[in-house]
Amino acid sequence: MSAAARVVVVRTGTANLASVLAGLRRAGAVPEVSDARAAIVAADRLVLPGVGAFGAAMERLIACELVDVLADRVRAGRPTLAVCLGLQLLGTGSAESPGVAGLGVLAAGATRFGAGVRVPQLGWNRVTPEPGCRLLTEGYAYFANSYRLTAAPPGWSAAWAEYDGRFVAALERGPVLACQFHPELSGAWGLALLRRWLAAADVGGGRRATGADAGRVAPC
Amino acid sequence: MLTRRIIPCLDCRDGRVVKGVRFQGLRDAGSPAELAAAYEAQGADELVLLDVSATPEGRGTQVETVRQVRAVLSIPLTVGGGVRDADSARALLEAGADKVAVNTAAVREPELLTRLAREFGCQCTVLAVDAARRAGGGWEVVVTSGRERTGLDAGEWCSRGVACGAGEILLTSWDRDGTRAGYDLDLLRAVTRAVSVPVIASGGAASPEHLCDALEAGADAVLAASIFHDAEYTVGDIKRALVARGVAVRT
Repeated sequence: MSAAARVVVVRTGTANLASVLAGLRRAGAVPEVSDARAAIVAADRLVLPGVGAFGAAMERLIACELVDVLADRVRAGRPTLAVCLGLQLLGTGSAESPGVAGLGVLAAGATRFGAGVRVPQLGWNRVTPEPGCRLLTEGYAYFANSYRLTAAPPGWSAAWAEYDGRFVAALERGPVLACQFHPELSGAWGLALLRRWLAAADVGGGRRATGADAGRVAPC
Repeated sequence: MLTRRIIPCLDCRDGRVVKGVRFQGLRDAGSPAELAAAYEAQGADELVLLDVSATPEGRGTQVETVRQVRAVLSIPLTVGGGVRDADSARALLEAGADKVAVNTAAVREPELLTRLAREFGCQCTVLAVDAARRAGGGWEVVVTSGRERTGLDAGEWCSRGVACGAGEILLTSWDRDGTRAGYDLDLLRAVTRAVSVPVIASGGAASPEHLCDALEAGADAVLAASIFHDAEYTVGDIKRALVARGVAVRT
């Protein structure tokens, strides 16, 4: 990882943004918050955090004209980290907001945990990666979610956890990492994961000379 | 599988952690950021920071305290005390809280829970409930640090709060808080039966056995303050005792 890995964090809402920024700083990165299309196109490394409702978050991405930009960069394999609702936004949709289309990069939709467990799932759950994972390792991660994917889309390596049956804890493909859990709240294990993602983002060809001031663009 | 959480609580007044019985006779227990970092190192699963400042001036330090704690903390942080509206909640979240706990303000205006859930998500909206035993049986919700009885039944209020948007209940037994007599397990059972969201047990913990009892009675998480501040037990000690009794925790 370079001495100061600049990361653009998409402003998807208020909650938890400070924790994401603090986590990235602890991992050695220099994060900037933006919802400007130009900044997000130019970002060498991008974090898509997400809290709140699926429909409201998609509305915001549409209003900021970010839908195609985000989908394109994930399809192109540019360094991107999606967190919690961020993972679900990459999918086709969610039972939380019926009729609202997601970014459609992942061929999977989110459904709600069943009535047999306490919802939301709040706490630390054991994450077990498939053999193909390079960034994800076994360990405990902190989850705060009511919806989840129960099937992994083709072409991605998945890590799994158990709550009302098996669900997708995270997905990875090259320098693209999508976590249902919060790496920024998952202690030393989460911090190590953030560092591996930043390192993969360097190796993954995300670095471009033009990225340095990309974040200083007026918000939409 | 999902593990049970051990949550040290930092009661803060004017930017310092304090301890006392039922908010009386407060004594200084240290710096919030230093204690937060120490508890994370011991294996704490989450922290709760409650502002118990007596004055608005004292409470003004809360946002700065949250910022200092967030800078060193990489586990979840719930902040409560003095959250009156969406603006005060937003200020705490922007400073680094992951969840906000609302107590008196939610009793005065339950729609506040709905507004917080809509803006920040239900996983971010914690309903803090102080419950006192009634002479005739059952539990009544008390507010303004126990000075005021509301007439609300604790289970019914928790159930209504969840319907309004709360995603977690922080349940404190007013009778047990600070007494070291153990959690009120009957209260805990009544509330976990009434709601479908996670419930954090609080009030009365003095030993690893007390925390075990609460988790076995159905709590999803247990909160304690003085047993950690007094260094009687580390979070690691508690977790070893829980593992020995077959409770699933993060180790």
